[in-house]
Amino acid sequence: MSAIPMKDGLNETEKVSFYDIEEHEHPDGASTMLGFWMYLMSDCLIFAVLFAAYAVLGNSYAGGPSPKEIFELPLVAVNTAMLLFSSITYGFAMLSMEEGRQRVMQMWLVFTGLFGLAFLSIEMYEFANLIHEGAGPTRSAFLSSFFTLVGTHGLHVTMGLIWLVTLMVQVQKHGLIAANKRRLMCLSMFWHFLDVIWIGVFTFVYLMGTLR
Amino acid sequence: MSDPQAPANNPHADHDHDNGAAHGTRGSYLKGFFLSVILTAIPFWAVMTGAFKDPSTAALVVMVFAVAQIVVHMIYFLHMSGKSEGGWTMMALIFTIILVVITLSGSIWVMYHMNTNMMPMQAAADM
Amino acid sequence: MNDTLLKTIFGRLTLESLPLHEPIVVATFAMVAIGGLGLVAALTYFKVWGYLWNEWFTSVDHKKIGIMYMILAIVMLLRGFSDAIMMRAQQAMAFNGSEGYLTAHHYDQVFTAHGVIMIFFVAMPMVTGLMNYVVPLQIGARDVSFPFLNNFSFWMTTAGAVIVMMSLFIGEFARTGWLAMPPLSGLAYSPDVGVDYYIWALQIAGIGTLLSGVNLVATIVKMRAPGMTMMKMPIFTWTSLCTNILIVAAFPVLTAVLAMLSLDRYIGTAFFTNDSGGNPMMYVNLIWIWGHPEVYILVLPAFGIFSEVTSTFSGKRLFGYSSMVYATLVITILAYLVWLHHFFTMGSGASVNSFFGITTMIISIPTGAKIFNWLFTMYKGRIRFELPMMWTIAFMVTFTIGGMTGVLLAVPPADFVLHNSLFLVAHFHNVIIGGTLFGMFAGINYWFPKAFGFKLDKKWGTVSFWCWVVGFYFAFMPLYVLGLMGVTRRMRYFDDPNLQIWFVIAAFGAALIAAGIGAFLLQIFVSIRNREALADHSGDPWNGRTLEWATSSPPPEYNFAFTPIVHDLDAWYDMKDRKHERPVTGFKSIHMPSGTGTGVVLAGLSVAFGFAMIWYIWWLAGLALAGIFATTIFHTFNYKRDFHIPVEDVIASEDARTRQLATQGA
Repeated sequence: MSAIPMKDGLNETEKVSFYDIEEHEHPDGASTMLGFWMYLMSDCLIFAVLFAAYAVLGNSYAGGPSPKEIFELPLVAVNTAMLLFSSITYGFAMLSMEEGRQRVMQMWLVFTGLFGLAFLSIEMYEFANLIHEGAGPTRSAFLSSFFTLVGTHGLHVTMGLIWLVTLMVQVQKHGLIAANKRRLMCLSMFWHFLDVIWIGVFTFVYLMGTLR
Repeated sequence: MSDPQAPANNPHADHDHDNGAAHGTRGSYLKGFFLSVILTAIPFWAVMTGAFKDPSTAALVVMVFAVAQIVVHMIYFLHMSGKSEGGWTMMALIFTIILVVITLSGSIWVMYHMNTNMMPMQAAADM
Repeated sequence: MNDTLLKTIFGRLTLESLPLHEPIVVATFAMVAIGGLGLVAALTYFKVWGYLWNEWFTSVDHKKIGIMYMILAIVMLLRGFSDAIMMRAQQAMAFNGSEGYLTAHHYDQVFTAHGVIMIFFVAMPMVTGLMNYVVPLQIGARDVSFPFLNNFSFWMTTAGAVIVMMSLFIGEFARTGWLAMPPLSGLAYSPDVGVDYYIWALQIAGIGTLLSGVNLVATIVKMRAPGMTMMKMPIFTWTSLCTNILIVAAFPVLTAVLAMLSLDRYIGTAFFTNDSGGNPMMYVNLIWIWGHPEVYILVLPAFGIFSEVTSTFSGKRLFGYSSMVYATLVITILAYLVWLHHFFTMGSGASVNSFFGITTMIISIPTGAKIFNWLFTMYKGRIRFELPMMWTIAFMVTFTIGGMTGVLLAVPPADFVLHNSLFLVAHFHNVIIGGTLFGMFAGINYWFPKAFGFKLDKKWGTVSFWCWVVGFYFAFMPLYVLGLMGVTRRMRYFDDPNLQIWFVIAAFGAALIAAGIGAFLLQIFVSIRNREALADHSGDPWNGRTLEWATSSPPPEYNFAFTPIVHDLDAWYDMKDRKHERPVTGFKSIHMPSGTGTGVVLAGLSVAFGFAMIWYIWWLAGLALAGIFATTIFHTFNYKRDFHIPVEDVIASEDARTRQLATQGA
């Protein structure tokens, strides 16, 4: 950027530049990270509403099961571990990306995807069990809000996995070009963001639900 | 697609580094990971073993750990700092946190009052 | 057997779903169909499809997208206003034994559709359209941050509008009021497709709104011209920034609430039901957490327009610029702290009601500060009574009345008397018409010459202005009176014959507004016909102060051949004042985003998906959803999204501009 002459301290005769004559081309995607962060913030508010619904409706059991009766904390702990592992493997993938080691990065991404898949499988197993026991989302307002909150998080993880696979193909095809790096960084934010939401979920829904 | 490399050919593409979020190191990722493991393990342990007699104390402890872990994630995984994007990401985050707090606490407060004021039947049924 | 097959293919869509028994609807359909066919035939005959597709539908140019938003808004204004005048006519005649001409079933759909369309498909696209057009120009940028996303957002908004329009002819619309409150909107009380039309139209349009919000915030934050610090940003850009922050922060709430309502309706969850522990009041609570910020989303850009207009047409710098900015920021935050005033009567009790009553009254302080700023800007100014300024003055008077009735309603005990009455209806029309709509008309008259290179005709503009303003007072002052008398809203028939005269006056007002809309359309038509006489070659017809006036009218595709450098709040005024010299040589090729049809395709698939979900046509829903995913992923494989405008083209259009300015006799 050329230096910008300031108005202050200039007298009338001095020439002020009003046009950026030697303008450089702006790099592509300079706004991408900020824009994506803002999308994440709005997503965060979707979760806030679902959390609020759970907070308000979470003790309306309508004669159905209470959290204590249906939550299996060991399973949740394993699930939490899966997501945490996937976070650190994604972190390593990002480090490899910065070092330009494409193959290593792809390997870490495969690990991330597998941990994500494991997380989803465990969650689906949990859901299937609950529905089988008659504690499905239609049983009570508590279960409606539980399934919707946890399910929405799961849906996000699913989207993240689809995105991950797409990106791996794109990196394979075009290498670690700037556009792909930017996309990997967006997915990184998305993935870690989902882990942050999960902290809220296991604390607010599972742990505090069990305490009730 | 004739030239998929085009964006990379841009002479200023390497400026992206300045614009993007800060990067972590292997050490910082591992540090964040181990802190998260500890901050997850303790509340799970506390609830699963019933270490706290009083459930509201336990709830408070669990919440404090959650907040601590969220901060850890923000710093070590999401690389939040007051400087990235000229402070705009931090500003957006603070604004969002304010709104999340308003939405959550406001809804709980409002709905609690409505339940107590408008649903005497429920109170009777609970007895 | 055959029946199951039909159900699999068509879901719950049957021949009976077509409202063939409603003569009004059939007549409307005939008119729309004939008009539509005529339009398609004309477009085909004049061979403009290719032009429309290449130059408009697939364009990522923020200026063209802005204009398309405006066209969508004006078309939907006609639909929304037809609903309004139907209601006014019904209420004016349904007395003394006459039932009027609308059945309750139909009337309920009309008032729901009116509210939904006016807010989501008139006010929102109009606001978004103006911001889209003006903001990049005001900050000296060549486009928005995410040009493809911009095109996609527009088409998603249009997709939502298409779904609402479909409900007119296939099935029916919701009969729940514009916020579709449960339990009435639950499956038990609204088993038909109306609420589903409502849900999917808003969800699909909501995606567009949210993404355009993200887009404009990123644009304003990242793409300002060098030297334009936050406190040198034009005030319209400031209000746009706050509006889009509100959009990004409020629309997710709507999305989540409507998602929960649809889960209740589609899979039988118990969020807002009466049984199984659900709580309908939670829906009211959550939807107003979105609903109140929405009010400010609509009015803040109008405040920005009035600020620009007042300053330009008073020939003075805006009085109290920084107080204006802070007032806007305070309103942005407070918008999230007042939502309960929409349901004081739901019974939260004294402490909750007092808190929200007080926060509501506090909002009137920054708003009042703005009014005084505008007045002081005009004070001792050399005021030119052009159309934008006339709308601004009408706004200041009208909005003040609306604001005062608003403060009145903010008092919980008063609200207990006035809630659900026509007083409330009069109040929010007073602020939305007097604030947003007058603002949009000011904006249209102000920026039209920028977009098209000629001014709008003043005579017909004046006719439209007076019809609108006088019509507004005739239409809504009687409703204040009726509301104070205790008349409730959303009724199609009243027993007391003494009320009729007020409704007749209101209907007369609506007729005047109809004339105002007619005059507005005529104004555009006459202006296009007289465009030679009304032409503006300077690019700066109003002696403007901000950067959008620094370029030609209409601006070239790239907006600015050289990015301006900003030294002062009123950047363009400063440039004129200090005799800047427009560079006439040294042009370079310019890097621009290229157009794509992906947005249109995705929006089309979204309409198919929404339609399928509404009618339970599961195979089509699955197919459309798969199509949406496939198209999105396919789009991400396209890395070549930009091109360079060759330097010869830049030189050619800049030289033309140089000659144009020379003939102007500078």
